[in-house]
Amino acid sequence: MRHKIAFLGMFTAFALIASYIESLIPFYFGIPGVKLGLTNAVIVLVLYLMGTKEALAVSFARILLAGFLFGNLYSILYSLAGGMLSFLVMVLLKRWNRFSVVGVSMAGGVFHNVGQILVAMAVVENVSLAYYMPPLLISGVITGMLIGVAAREVLKKLPAGNRRIK
Amino acid sequence: MKKNDWMLLAAVIVIAAGLYVVNTWIIHKPGKEVVVTVEGKLYGTYPLNEDAVIDIQGTNRLEIRDGKADMVWADCPDKLCVHQKAIQRNGETIVCLPNQVVAEVKGDGNTDGSEADGVDAVAH
Repeated sequence: MRHKIAFLGMFTAFALIASYIESLIPFYFGIPGVKLGLTNAVIVLVLYLMGTKEALAVSFARILLAGFLFGNLYSILYSLAGGMLSFLVMVLLKRWNRFSVVGVSMAGGVFHNVGQILVAMAVVENVSLAYYMPPLLISGVITGMLIGVAAREVLKKLPAGNRRIK
Repeated sequence: MKKNDWMLLAAVIVIAAGLYVVNTWIIHKPGKEVVVTVEGKLYGTYPLNEDAVIDIQGTNRLEIRDGKADMVWADCPDKLCVHQKAIQRNGETIVCLPNQVVAEVKGDGNTDGSEADGVDAVAH
């Protein structure tokens, strides 16, 4: 048990660092919301190494902490919508067992963006934001794929006995 | 990557392409005016063919030049709306989320909140 808490703390710190690094990278394509999604790599790893509850805890803690440290109320609201929707989809796809880590991560990337755009539509009460949907779908699937490949390689490199943290 | 992963990738690309086609069908024409809303309520409507600088409740500044509208200043910390490129086509928007300001290009004089109607714009 104590072992597990140490790992959760470590992964939360890791996710927070990924958030910070991402906030430093000027990754801008003229479309709001296009991001690398580095933190999703951590969430995917926790999901596969530890489990659903643990990944949800890390994701939630990461969003709140990163929001207070680098963002504001709006960025928390945004990340929460994207983070929770993408998390839900990833858990369902993982349970369904028809996709590899890469597919799960791609779906996560896509639905992160979908969640954010839905919140943005609700906040500004304007549906024409759906205009941004195509580029955000494409960017979500590409970044999700890169993150998924990274996560797959990390999982592969771990010694067989450590692929499940109890 | 499993076969299903590739199918997921293909499905997302097809959906995005479909949405893009739908968007450009509706949006491909240059608009006539820019409609500014704050918190979902109409703030003002400005023609795109007259150069102007519009102050939006002191929090944002929208500049119209050469038939394009561009957010040139905002008091929010992230400045995402300022970084966004200028808009000129029907349906394009610039959004400043912290201030709940939306600037949207519309095709005709229809500002009653319904979507700008490209067909009507031609008929006029």
